[in-house]
Order: sequence, then structure tokens, then C-alpha cells
Amino acid sequence: MTPAFLAVAFEKPTTKDFVWPCWFGHGVFCYNLILFLLTLVFIAFILMFVVAFQRPKMVPGKFQAAMEMGIEFIRDQILLQMIGPEGLGWLPFLCTLFFFIFLGNILEVLPGIGFPLNSRIAFPAIMALTSWVIYNGVGIKRHGLGGYLKLVLFPPGVPILLVPLIALIEFVSVIVIRPITLTIRLFANMVAGHLLLIVFFLGSYALVTGFPYVVGLVSGAFGVVLVGFEIFVSVLQAFIFAILTASYIGGAMATEH
Amino acid sequence: MLTLVTHLMTLVGVTSGSLDTIGKGLVYGLAAIGPGIGIGILMGKSVEAMARQPEAAGLVRTTMFIGIGLIEALALFGLMLSFII
Repeated sequence: MTPAFLAVAFEKPTTKDFVWPCWFGHGVFCYNLILFLLTLVFIAFILMFVVAFQRPKMVPGKFQAAMEMGIEFIRDQILLQMIGPEGLGWLPFLCTLFFFIFLGNILEVLPGIGFPLNSRIAFPAIMALTSWVIYNGVGIKRHGLGGYLKLVLFPPGVPILLVPLIALIEFVSVIVIRPITLTIRLFANMVAGHLLLIVFFLGSYALVTGFPYVVGLVSGAFGVVLVGFEIFVSVLQAFIFAILTASYIGGAMATEH
Repeated sequence: MLTLVTHLMTLVGVTSGSLDTIGKGLVYGLAAIGPGIGIGILMGKSVEAMARQPEAAGLVRTTMFIGIGLIEALALFGLMLSFII
């Protein structure tokens, strides 16, 4: 509905803005914009690594140097700090997580595509499930099932009377809640960012066509600031997913001290 | 007692649909209090730490970002719940 001072109606964004019609196929095999973006991210991800490292030179060119910096960032800031030198085998997994989430998130601010891939809960959910399987698997492989449960449920230094309560809390926190929080953190950040950008830019357009159009210009300018903020949030959420996964793997690998 | 409350609500103009909207607003509003204070404290402490020892600024900054990510998730759970309700 159009308020009196606007010339164009402004529709509130809802969760329906995240649903797209099928291009072809129907049911489970529906190929819509989201799967198209997934294809784009998939191809871009593979191209990124293939182009950088197909013929690596001793003195790297620009793209190879940039990708090397990215992988060194993940190795130094995430892996070595959270797991330590014995976890260097997990570098490909963490790089995949980081770069896939980053590419999926950055689609939100690309002109022409204004939709983040991780605002559909399937993608963060599967990545969180993979991380869950991996950090529990690492713990069970290293300590055995009983030893891993003992490590998780009974941390050292707990008073005897509190042990059942602490065991229950630790079980729920480590085994049940962690993948849920990993999923929802990434998913909700992307949904909230997308809704913010929708509100600011469509609202600015609606306000500009109305009577005090300066308000629309101001909100449009702030929308531009929000695009910068969303770029920051995209990188940050990828970094946080990767570093929390590394922290969980490191925690599962840890020995009693 | 309950019928009195429902009669009063109908009198004021609160229907079940508008109660939904009030709930949605309340959920996120209350959910944003804690993380707001938490991130404020976190930022204050990390700025203080970076000012006390500028050599450790990189380490403090990395941990600060991890803290922000963990705390902001709680506020965003509230946002998601307000969409679900």
C-alpha cells in the first residue's frame, strides 16, 4: 500500500524473498537461481585454485601470490593457532570451508546477483554437519569412543557433586548445540544482511520518489555504507566458521593436561 | 481470570494476529540486549589490551573477532526466532 507521501509502494521484505521459481525441473530436482549461484560458486572456486596453482612458479605471479597469501593466512592464523603443527593435514578442509563460504557470502554484494548463497539453510547446515562428523571422528579415532566421551563429558577439576550436571551440560553443548550454532550463525548473518540491504535500497527508491526526497538520498548513502559492512561480515563469517571448526578439531585432538 | 485478561485485551485492540507481531518484536528486542552489552564489554577490553601492549594487537584482534562472531550469533538466534514465530 502506498502511504500518502510516497509515489511508489514499498513492500516489506519477508521470507518469501528468499524463495525463487524453478527454471526447469520440479520437486527435488528444481533448478532455480540458487542452484545457478551454486554452480557459479563451484566453478569460481575450482577456477580460483586451478588458475593459481596449475603451473606454480618459484617467483609467483600476482594471482598465485594472492592465493598463497590466502592459504598462508588460514594456515598461520587458523590452523597453527587452534590445532597446532600436528593438524596441518586439515589445511585443505579448512581452506575449502573458508573459500566456499567466502564466495557464497560475497555473492550478496555482487552487482547483478544480490543473493547470498548461505542464506538458504541447506548450505551452512551441510557444512556444519561435515564439521561435526569430522571433529567427533577425530576425537573418537584418537581417544577411542569411551576415551573421547570421557574427555568431553568429564573435564578435569570439577567438584564431585557437580559432575552429573556438568556432564549433561557438556554433552548438550559439544555434541548437540555446536553444529546448530555453526549453522545458524552463518545463516542468520546472511539473512539479516540480505534483509538490511533490501530494506535500505528498495526503501530509498520508494522514499526518493516521494515528497521529501532528501530522506531517500540519505538512506541510500547509508545503504552504500551497509554494503561495505556486508563485505566485512562476509569475510568475518567465513573466518569464524573456519576458526571455530579448527578450534573444535583442536579440542577433540587435545590430550589431558 | 484468563477470560478477564482476554476480554481486556480485546478491549484494548490486541487480537491474536497483533499479539504475534508484539511477540516478534519482543523476541528480537530482548534478544539483542545481552549481546549488545557483551560486545560492548568485549570491545572495551580488547581496545584497552591493544592500547596497553601494541605489539600484541594482532593476537588481540584475532581473538576479538572470534568473540564477536560467537556473541553475535546469540542475537541472531533471536532474529531467526522472530521470523519463525
